[in-house]
Amino acid sequence: MRAADGEGRMGGKDLEWFLYRMLLIRYFEEKVAELYRAGEIYGHVHLSVGQEAVPVGVAAALREGDVVTSTHRGHGHCLAVGADPARMMAELFGRATGYCKGKGGSMHVADVSRGILGANGVVAGGVPHAVGAALAMRKLGRPSVAVAFFGEGALNQGVLWEAANLAALWELPVVFVCENNQYAITTPFRTATAGDPLTRARGFGLWAVEVDGMDVLAVAQQAEEAAHRARSGGGPSFLNCRTYRFRGHTEGEEALGWRYRDEEEVREWRQSDPILRLERYGRDTGKLLPQTAERVREEVRRVVERAVDFARSSPEPPLSELTADVWA
Amino acid sequence: MARVTFAKAVAEALAEEMRRDETVVLLGEDVRTGILGTTKGLVEEFGPARVLDTPISEAGFAGLAVGAAAAGLRPVVDLMYGQFTYLAMDQLANQAAKLRYMTGGQIRLPVTYLFVSGGGHRGAAQHSESPHGMVMNVPGLKVVVPGTGPDAKGLLKASIRDDNPVLYYMDFQLLRTRWDVPEGEWTVPLGRAEVKREGTDVTVVAVGGMVPKALAAAEALAEQGISVEVVDPRCLAPLDVDTVVASVRKTRRLVVADDAPPRAGAAAEIVAAVVEAAHDALVCPPRRVTRPPAPVPFNASLEDAALPSQEVLERTVAELVRR
Repeated sequence: MRAADGEGRMGGKDLEWFLYRMLLIRYFEEKVAELYRAGEIYGHVHLSVGQEAVPVGVAAALREGDVVTSTHRGHGHCLAVGADPARMMAELFGRATGYCKGKGGSMHVADVSRGILGANGVVAGGVPHAVGAALAMRKLGRPSVAVAFFGEGALNQGVLWEAANLAALWELPVVFVCENNQYAITTPFRTATAGDPLTRARGFGLWAVEVDGMDVLAVAQQAEEAAHRARSGGGPSFLNCRTYRFRGHTEGEEALGWRYRDEEEVREWRQSDPILRLERYGRDTGKLLPQTAERVREEVRRVVERAVDFARSSPEPPLSELTADVWA
Repeated sequence: MARVTFAKAVAEALAEEMRRDETVVLLGEDVRTGILGTTKGLVEEFGPARVLDTPISEAGFAGLAVGAAAAGLRPVVDLMYGQFTYLAMDQLANQAAKLRYMTGGQIRLPVTYLFVSGGGHRGAAQHSESPHGMVMNVPGLKVVVPGTGPDAKGLLKASIRDDNPVLYYMDFQLLRTRWDVPEGEWTVPLGRAEVKREGTDVTVVAVGGMVPKALAAAEALAEQGISVEVVDPRCLAPLDVDTVVASVRKTRRLVVADDAPPRAGAAAEIVAAVVEAAHDALVCPPRRVTRPPAPVPFNASLEDAALPSQEVLERTVAELVRR
């Protein structure tokens, strides 16, 4: 664990804030998994359980007006920047009260009012959007930062490096955040990726660092550095966050008979569960008492239950929505 | 009115919109030089911060424009040749076209993509493409195909002001043609076809670069006693079916001319729309005048045979009327 300051704060946030947001993602998604098994949530559902430290650590460095482009595994990004879990859950249920009126679902849930410029089902598809948003901010004279989240699978998409080149060339305020969770669907990182991500990024002139993506305070510290760099005209940077998804690529994959990683590996990674690590750190340093952690857990459970109730009691979208929003 | 080339009319529309709205930025390959004439002179007036030369990274900068539009700019993106549509296809068809819909209307994407398409310049297979029919298949994209200088200017100004992604395809052969183009404020609404010449015997719907050819064919056919009505759809998505159908109800015959491959293209869609709405009005089957289903060859006589010409159009119309 990186040291937070004496008050247990980082990026102006206290440890309770970090714990709350990580738990919110964890409990929200574990509930989603349960509802998926029960058939209440349908479709393609990709969970980020285990990866919570990355979006939450990055979110700690963000300010009002910053933007984020998200991915198919994007619930964490949305919750980390403060989206309403109830409207998110309603979206996953496909209900009219969801952020996207039920037309986006799990893969595309986005709260644009909180700076999420869409969640993309195409690997690396949203990365150039972050670069474009950064160009817009500069032109509009705003001191904001654009964050592009993507998995390590995106490192082999040409458009990511086209976007990185443009960001570096024009010195745009972009933070490229690689959530390196070791697997692109079922393909291990090393099976698909030659060379080193940091070397690639530095080759484009990005400031690039390796980050322990299971340590929320380490992520926050590097994200703060990257965001500061971007805001002060230092150009784009690249965080290679080493993390792991405890669940599969997609809910229901066990039933399909996918076998691509051994249980031992999953167990090992679970040892560095980012939530348990933060709690342990808080307890050891006295900056986050166990009873506080327990209170936060209770509170988050209630929030998630309320989100489910809201989603369940929300109406289906009317058929008129089918052709609405095609054009502005 | 000023007598200017089609390319100059496009450059004027860009300059006027950039003067009018600070958020309009132009980016793309070689836009500062303006190698096809459509962006010439803009960097001199607006400076390099608003006229951005990009690397040859079509997917990257087409996508960059999506994000820029979502975050408050009104970008115009020059992708040079029509077939470079394919290099940017995910960003156009999967991103620009869908971000608004899949966020339930939370995002607004005022972005215009410019292409020069079509054959006739001995560019061979990979520089003569006309992908407008392919992209009109994608819900969420507006597709504009100007066929005259005044429309080039008016439609582009309307495209830039539109809050949706617009793909704007200019026919290469039109770029140097000269037109009387209104000076100053002049817009042509998207989604509205225009009857370019009135007639009573047959409707020719001419797409983009086929408009001048259809008007010339109509002139020649008039001397043979055939009265041709020429309809220019101007915009393929949304498509103004009503204006086309009204014309067919009057003339009872339909020919669609499009410099593009025939299968599932703009001509096919226009024929289908007319048959669905007004099959009872037709006294004979509609006809399409398009390229054959083959890439465009380099050899001059082969290319001339491949592209739909004024002569083939005249012959097709005459056959239909004299049946």
